[in-house]
Amino acid sequence: MKELFILLTDLSYEPFILSFKLAALTSLILFTFCLPLAWYLSQTKSKIKPYLEAISALPIVLPPSVIGFYILISLSPTSLIGGFFNDVFGISLVFNFTSLVIASCFYSLPFMVQPLQAAFEKLNQNMLDASYLAGKSTLETIIRVALPNMKPAVLSAFVITFAHTVGEFGVVLMIGGSIQGETKVASLAIYEFVEVLDYQSAHIYSFIMLALSFIVLLGVYIFNAKSKKRFGEYK
Amino acid sequence: MIEIDIKKTLHGNLGEMALDVNFTLKEGDFLCISGKSGAGKTTLLRVIAGLDSAKGSIKVDNEVWLNKNHFLKIQKREISFVFQDYALFDNMSVEENLLYVKKDFVLAKKLLKLTQMYELRKRHPSTLSGGQKQRIAICRALMKKPKLLLLDEPLSALDNAMRQKLQEEILLLHKEFGTTTIMVSHDVSEIYKLASKVIILENGKIIKEGKALDVLLKQQGSKKFSFEAEILDIKQVDVIYIATLCIEQQLVEIVISKKQKEVLSIGQKIRVGTKAFSPILS
Repeated sequence: MKELFILLTDLSYEPFILSFKLAALTSLILFTFCLPLAWYLSQTKSKIKPYLEAISALPIVLPPSVIGFYILISLSPTSLIGGFFNDVFGISLVFNFTSLVIASCFYSLPFMVQPLQAAFEKLNQNMLDASYLAGKSTLETIIRVALPNMKPAVLSAFVITFAHTVGEFGVVLMIGGSIQGETKVASLAIYEFVEVLDYQSAHIYSFIMLALSFIVLLGVYIFNAKSKKRFGEYK
Repeated sequence: MIEIDIKKTLHGNLGEMALDVNFTLKEGDFLCISGKSGAGKTTLLRVIAGLDSAKGSIKVDNEVWLNKNHFLKIQKREISFVFQDYALFDNMSVEENLLYVKKDFVLAKKLLKLTQMYELRKRHPSTLSGGQKQRIAICRALMKKPKLLLLDEPLSALDNAMRQKLQEEILLLHKEFGTTTIMVSHDVSEIYKLASKVIILENGKIIKEGKALDVLLKQQGSKKFSFEAEILDIKQVDVIYIATLCIEQQLVEIVISKKQKEVLSIGQKIRVGTKAFSPILS
């Protein structure tokens, strides 16, 4: 028992903190950008809609190594974007935490856009029209009418994006390079423990991930069941 | 004075149809639009509200809402719309639904008192009945004090007793506020009670226009009673034929001749008329 305690206190939890910091930042940034995009996709009748939808869904089907490869190429100091940031601001966009955030935003994009778009499409269009007829702008309608009527979907989008980012592996390995305290997130740490045959630490890390993931998902499902009861099925 | 002259091509399930409607309203008028489904009634209301686009012109008190090179935004039109499905904001209480339109506590209280909904002002829409929801929707529409109030079959989802009660309330609110109103309705008694003017639409065109009594009274032929009916069954009993008809919600059996039997078929919509020399009223 005492041994286990020593083991638990000796273990570094930095990778977890990094993982959660990365996931929280990614979710926040994605929510800000995906909200207008999801709204546009839900309301538009334009012909470019399927193209935008296909592009935004790409990260679901692409192997993470492909996403990682393209991001690495386009952010490296020899590329146009990476070079610009390097020369003008003196910031490197690869192998650091900033690069992880950028990569995660691409990688988790569909997990934020799709639930939001589906929820916007499910809203009663007459209710939105009633808000316009009341003289309110689109922005005010989204904030005061649309979003409050799809709280479970907003929560789901946040949690799924968060969880998906915590679960990243391939992309963060390619872009971040597993640098201790900078880009070594929990999933990478577990992989490295297994590589050096330190199964004990791998067990502890894996179990923490498993338990946290379950608790978070359980929380979401309980909240959704409760809010359905309170408001009725959200329309 | 409201002048409406709208042209729009509709793509319905019967192919393309041209909506071509032209009429004027005086301030305080209550216009009812009636007609078969698919005649373009709802589209007409949506175009007036600015929810759908169309060619033509809409002028309200000399302010142009629509013409060749001008489309006044929905938000800028002094108009309110009551939807058939109420379209209340589910996340807000009854009172908040009204105040969302305009922060006018006095008017909100007055409207809720008039419709006997004041006691329920803290409730959420999901806890209300259909009739209560529609009252709130109408109150919410009046919060803006619109120049034009549009009602799209507001009572069609309600039972008869509730319809009659709400008809009274709509009339009361119309008298109180004098808002120029356009309402889509199929119910003849409703139209008769409320409308100062009636338009019948068919395939996107106005086929009849005038006062309720003139438009709705059946005066063709010399019959006095006349009902729309559907033939449900025709059967032979000895030497006669009996047809079972459905008139509104009532089933009736009538005797028909062999000649009539040959031209009538089950499922056909017909008109039944009779002279009324000494009807019994009960």
